Amino acid sequence: MSTASEPAGSYARTLRVGTLERVRVFASGDLGPLPVIVGLVGVWIFFQSKNAHFLTARNLSNLTLQMAVTAILAMAVVVVMVAGEIDLSLGSVTGVTSALLGVLLTNDHWSTAAALAATFGLGIGIGLLQGLVTVVVGVPSFLVTLGGFLAWAGLQLAVIGPAGNLQVTNSTIVAIGNNYLAPWTAWTLAAAVVAAVAVVEVLRVRDRQHYGAPPRVWRVAMKVGLLAVALAALVAFLDRNFGVPYVLVLFLAVGAILGWIMRRTFFGRYIYAVGGNAEAARRAGIPVGAIRVATLAISGLLAGLAGVVSTSMLYATSANVGGSILLLEAIAAAVIGGTSLFGGRGRIYMALLGTLVIASVQNGLGLLGQSASTEDIATGAILVLAVSLDSLNRRRRAAAGV
Amino acid sequence: MVTPPTVTGSSPQQTRKNDPPFLELRGVHKRYGGVTALRGVDFDVWAGEVVALVGDNGAGKSTLIKTISGAVHADEGEFFVDGKRVTLGSPHASAALGIATVYQDLALCENLDVISNLFLGKEVGGGPLPGVLRRLGESAMQARARETLDRISINVPSLDRPVAGLSGGQRQAIAVGRALLWGPKLVLLDEPTAALGVQQTAQVLELVRRLAESGQAVVLISHSLPDVFAVADRICVIRLGANAGTFLRSDATVEKVVAAMTGGLTIEAA
Repeated sequence: MSTASEPAGSYARTLRVGTLERVRVFASGDLGPLPVIVGLVGVWIFFQSKNAHFLTARNLSNLTLQMAVTAILAMAVVVVMVAGEIDLSLGSVTGVTSALLGVLLTNDHWSTAAALAATFGLGIGIGLLQGLVTVVVGVPSFLVTLGGFLAWAGLQLAVIGPAGNLQVTNSTIVAIGNNYLAPWTAWTLAAAVVAAVAVVEVLRVRDRQHYGAPPRVWRVAMKVGLLAVALAALVAFLDRNFGVPYVLVLFLAVGAILGWIMRRTFFGRYIYAVGGNAEAARRAGIPVGAIRVATLAISGLLAGLAGVVSTSMLYATSANVGGSILLLEAIAAAVIGGTSLFGGRGRIYMALLGTLVIASVQNGLGLLGQSASTEDIATGAILVLAVSLDSLNRRRRAAAGV
Repeated sequence: MVTPPTVTGSSPQQTRKNDPPFLELRGVHKRYGGVTALRGVDFDVWAGEVVALVGDNGAGKSTLIKTISGAVHADEGEFFVDGKRVTLGSPHASAALGIATVYQDLALCENLDVISNLFLGKEVGGGPLPGVLRRLGESAMQARARETLDRISINVPSLDRPVAGLSGGQRQAIAVGRALLWGPKLVLLDEPTAALGVQQTAQVLELVRRLAESGQAVVLISHSLPDVFAVADRICVIRLGANAGTFLRSDATVEKVVAAMTGGLTIEAA
C-alpha cells in the first residue's frame, strides 16, 4: 500500500495506530508537562490552605514579578543545555550588564536607546566570546563559563565602583519592571495574540491538507479556544489588582519567540540535533560549532535582558544583582521543567512552568513568614524530587521499550 | 602478489554487459604515511545489483568505501560514474553524483523523531525569514518521509516518536531510509547487520534486496559470510589492499571466498 495511491486509507491507518500508540506511550510514562502541572497545583493548594492570601490577584501579580528574572534565565539555560552545553556565567552576566546599564544611564547620562544597545551588546559579546573559546579552543563550556562566572562578577564590582550600588531613575527603564498595561491595552493585546495564533494555526491546517495529512481542525480549534480562555482569565484576574505587568508580557513574549525558534525553525532543529548527537549532526552537514556559539550568544543576550529587568525592578544596580543563587535557581527551574543535563531534551514553556514552581514555593513560604533558609531548603528538596521522579520515570520507560 | 582468480561475467544479468557499470574504480591507491591501505584496487557495481565487499580486518574495505563516499581522497586511481570520468574527493561531490552512505554507527539523533532524522541537515521549509530562521515544512517532510518509507516497505510505529524507542533493525531501516530520501543511484552500507539479532538481520537483508530490485546499486560491507551469501549478487574480496577475487554468488562457495580472504591455500598458516 502506498500513500500515492491510497492517501486516505494510509492516513486512516496511521491515525488509528497513532491513537493506540499514544495511549500506550502515555500509559508507559511519557507524561510531558503533566507531572510539573500536578506538582504546581499541589503547591498552590497547599499554600492556599495555609494562607488565603496566596491565590489573590495581588499575590499572583507579585508572583509574576518575582519570577521574571529567573524565568528569562531559565529559558537561556534551556537553549544552551539542549545544545549540550552549559552556561554558568548567566548570573554574573546579569550582574555586569545591570552594572553597565546603571553606570551609563546615571553616571554617563547616555540616552536610553544607546545604553540599552550597549547593555545587550555586552551580553551578546560575552556570550560570543565564551562560545568561541568553547568551540575554537575546545575548552568545555562548563570551564569557560565557570571562569566567566568569576570574571564577570569581578567586572561587575569594578564597573559599579566602590559605592557598591547606583540609583537608576530613567523613566523608560523603571517602567519595564514596575508598570502595568491599561485594561484596554491588555485586552487588545490578548485579542491580537489569539488572532495571530489562530492565523498561524489555520495556515498550518491548510499546509497539512495540501500534503494530504489529517488537518486536525478540532485539535487546532481547541488549542486556540483554550489559549483565548486562559489569556482572558489571566487578564481579568490581573486587572483586579493593577493590571498585567509589563514584565509578564515581556518574558511571555520572549518565551513565545524562543519556543517558536526551538520547535519550528531550522535553527531550533539543529540545536536539538547537536545536543542529541553532535557527530551525526556534523556528518549531516550541520555547522555544529556555529550552533554552539550561537546558543551561548543567545544565552548572553538573555542574561543582558535579565540585567535590564533586574535594574528596572530595583530602581538601581548593585553588587548584589545576579550572582550564583540566581544562576542555580535558573538551572533548577529548567531541570524541574524536564531539561536534560546531557543535551538534546528540553522545552522553553516547561522551563517557565519550572520557574513558576520555584517562585510559588518561595512566595508561599514568604507569605507564611518562613525565613530565607527554609525557602532554600525547600527549593533544593523540590529540585532533587523533580529530577528523581523524572529519572525513575525514564528508567520505567526504558524498561517498557518506549 | 597472487594473481586474482579470473572473473567470469562480471554482471549477474547478461544485458548489463552492454551498459557501463554505474560506478567503476580503476587502480585505486591510498597511503597513510608509511602504510599502504590500497594498492591498485579495481571495483565496479551495476545498477540493480548488490555487491558485497569482504575481507579480513585491515584488508582495506573501509578505506575503499571511504574513497567512494568521499570521506577519503585516493592518492591514485580513476573513478567512472555511468562511464564518465569523475573526481571523488568530498562527501558533497559523492552525494551530488548520487552516492549515499549508511554508516555503521547509523549517525542518528536518538532524541529526534523519525522524520527529523530522515531530513537531518537537509530539512525542507521556507517562510519569510532568511537562513536558519526558515520555518520547517513539517507537513511536506512528513508526506515525503511516508512516501519514501512506504516505497521500500519500511514499517515504523510512528513517524513522530523519538528514534530512541526503536529497535536496532528499525534504526537501520531509518538510516537506509535517510539515504534513499534523495533518490541516490548507489547506496553504500557499512556492516548493516553487525549489531542485530537474527530476525532483524533477516529484515535488513530483505530491505537490501528490495533496494537492488528497485534499481539502486548497492555495495555492502559485511563480516558475516552467511549474510553476504544471502543477499549479494557478486562478492568482491579484498586482501592486503588489493583485489583477491570477485565471485558471482552462483559460482561462489564459502570455502572459495574464505580462501581468497586469507590468501589462497595458506589458510592454516594465516
